[in-house]
Amino acid sequence: MTLLRTLLGALFVLAFSAAASAQGTSPNQSAPDPRAGIPALTADHAKFEQLKGPFKTGQEVTKACLSCHTEAGKQVSSSIHWTWETVNPATGQTLGKKTVLNAFCGNLATNEPRCTSCHAGYGWDETASFDFTDETRIDCLACHDTTGEYIKWPTEAGHPLYEPRTQASANTPYPQSLIVEEPDGNLTHLPPDLAKVAAHVGRPTRENCGNCHFYGGGGDNVKHGDLSSALVDPSPHVDVHMSPDGADMVCVDCHVGDRHAWPGSRYHGTISDSTHQRPGMRNTDILACNSCHSSSPHKALSLKGNKLNDHTDRVACQTCHIPEYAKGGVATKTWWDWSTAGKLKDGKPYGEVDENGRHTYLTIKGNFEWEEDVVPDYAFWDGIVEYTLLGEKIDPTKLVGINRIGGGPDQPGSVIFPFKRMLGKQAYDEVNEYLIQSNVYGPEGDTAFWTNYDWDKALKAGMEGSDVPYSGEYDFVETEMWWPTTHMVAPASEALKCGQCHAKDGRLANLAGFYLPGRDGFPLTDRIGLWLLALALAGVIVHAGLRIVSRRGNGRG
Amino acid sequence: MAERQYLKIFTRFERFWHWMQALLVLVLLFTGARLHGLIGGPNWSSAFTLHLVAAGLIIVLWIFAIFWHFTTGAWQHYIPTFRNLVPVIRFYAYGIFRGEAHPAKPTVQRKHNPLQRLSYLFLKLIINPAIWITGILYLTVGLTGFDLQSVAWLHVVAAYAMAIFVVIHVYMATTGDTPAAYLKAMTTGYEWVTVEDGGTNRM
Repeated sequence: MTLLRTLLGALFVLAFSAAASAQGTSPNQSAPDPRAGIPALTADHAKFEQLKGPFKTGQEVTKACLSCHTEAGKQVSSSIHWTWETVNPATGQTLGKKTVLNAFCGNLATNEPRCTSCHAGYGWDETASFDFTDETRIDCLACHDTTGEYIKWPTEAGHPLYEPRTQASANTPYPQSLIVEEPDGNLTHLPPDLAKVAAHVGRPTRENCGNCHFYGGGGDNVKHGDLSSALVDPSPHVDVHMSPDGADMVCVDCHVGDRHAWPGSRYHGTISDSTHQRPGMRNTDILACNSCHSSSPHKALSLKGNKLNDHTDRVACQTCHIPEYAKGGVATKTWWDWSTAGKLKDGKPYGEVDENGRHTYLTIKGNFEWEEDVVPDYAFWDGIVEYTLLGEKIDPTKLVGINRIGGGPDQPGSVIFPFKRMLGKQAYDEVNEYLIQSNVYGPEGDTAFWTNYDWDKALKAGMEGSDVPYSGEYDFVETEMWWPTTHMVAPASEALKCGQCHAKDGRLANLAGFYLPGRDGFPLTDRIGLWLLALALAGVIVHAGLRIVSRRGNGRG
Repeated sequence: MAERQYLKIFTRFERFWHWMQALLVLVLLFTGARLHGLIGGPNWSSAFTLHLVAAGLIIVLWIFAIFWHFTTGAWQHYIPTFRNLVPVIRFYAYGIFRGEAHPAKPTVQRKHNPLQRLSYLFLKLIINPAIWITGILYLTVGLTGFDLQSVAWLHVVAAYAMAIFVVIHVYMATTGDTPAAYLKAMTTGYEWVTVEDGGTNRM
């Protein structure tokens, strides 16, 4: 069957590629839209009395929203954007930002007001006292603002500014239109105009999601590697889906919300999802590449396309189509060594920067390494991620996995997937041998590391925010953390070429446990085969030599 | 009484088949070695495409050749025989250096000597089928679910056998009355052959 297709393909490939390119060049031009000027939504929020304001706080806006959107409160408050907690159905582990440790700032507990600047709510400054049932504390605007002039303040437990605030440097991200330079060079950050924002709510844009998801880990692209401010206005090279010159898609085109819940999780990855394909209907759960592109997206009537389609059961689309992450000029942090944090110069905290102006050392955080246009690490993955949770035994003599990815070459359903592998050093309890929490943020206390640079106090306070005992003895251990790479898909022309994996020193050189043509020979068979070939050659050369010599001899004789 | 005549013993199709096969086998061997990682050369993707196109063409060619062999009766030239085999082997191992005459000069009815018969039969019945059956299995491994490594191994083993055949075959082609005699025969189709009594040129 395949052979027949292949042969047919060889004959028709030219004809078909000509037809396809003809299709591809047909411009997206149409007659003037008779609906031009008619709003896309059925409601103009600027016309609602409830949204006229004035609003003193975000919560007042939320109350106005909920007065019409009667079910939104229930929906959001049961979503992970609100609970920061989820149970992984595959492992039974309770995960979510509230619980997990990571290789970046470490942990939420005892650092709430800083971390929760990205909570979809207002006022989570202490986990114990925050009322998770109070729907008026939901922040609708962070996701639904379309003016680009609403932003949460980094240290206000999810609130935006309500009064102007002046400081030496500008926050990132912060709307440029809300920053005023003072005569003394200081920058005054104006609070968002809540009534204006409330009148202009709509479907989330890349910026809405990006204001939090691009800045995880304390800065632009620090965490994910494939999610950065470069995706606000990316070139097709950076992301062919999100580029205004490409499909101009927004996050929720793939992460399609249903009752304020969204598919897509790096705790439980969706590697393949072709179950929701219903032609002509809007899918409610588009997420995996094959949800839209099918599992045989390459041209079946070409030799190469046919063979590429043969790969999709073992190789994730991302592997070939995201040749690098951290594109578009925004580097990602690839190494974070907390063990060197706390050094002072002349009794003061200090920082060092590299030639690109990126911090390589900060007293409050330790040493960093940054990388741009990074070639991913590759591993077989079945979508399952298991975490080393607080209090779970570790082996400090080895590299400690903050998380571990499931799957392997022999497991059906596992595919070769690209990852950012974050490395660094983190504190652990030397006596009990587990990773521990630290209290880094807290301008008023005397325990926070970023205020006092004292690990003893910071770790003790951090562990008091848990019910896990702490021996008081700590050291630093090298850790790794796996981050699936799935955004920053390149145009097809930039996809990996066959030889980038099918080679001895290719991208998959270190991925063991399976036969990869072009990378793996058959050492013994090849040796025997080549020896026999060499013997045959030597044999005919000797035979030819003897013929020549004997002919001369016969001639003379 | 037998007489020697300069006769056409390789028909046009036979020569086309031979040289086309030679070209395709060389393309397949070199692209195959490239794909297997033994040699450098074109990029992997081009080598792959070339390998598959050549494989497709050679299979078509083989199908035609099989048809041709049966319709013309040429298949009889490959019926194995042990008669005269030992003298032929002795000739290549010894007599050839002494300037002895070949013990099995071709005739119209027997174009191939017993050693040729055996080796070409081995090529046609063992090496060729092994290489294209394993090749097709290799190509369709995604559909059949066969173990990739095992199929690849079989294909590689068959390829080494083919490579060794090519080396010996090319050398043996130089062992005619002059080093270029057989080459000339396979190019022009004509060779000095022994016409046995009552034999006619059926070609």
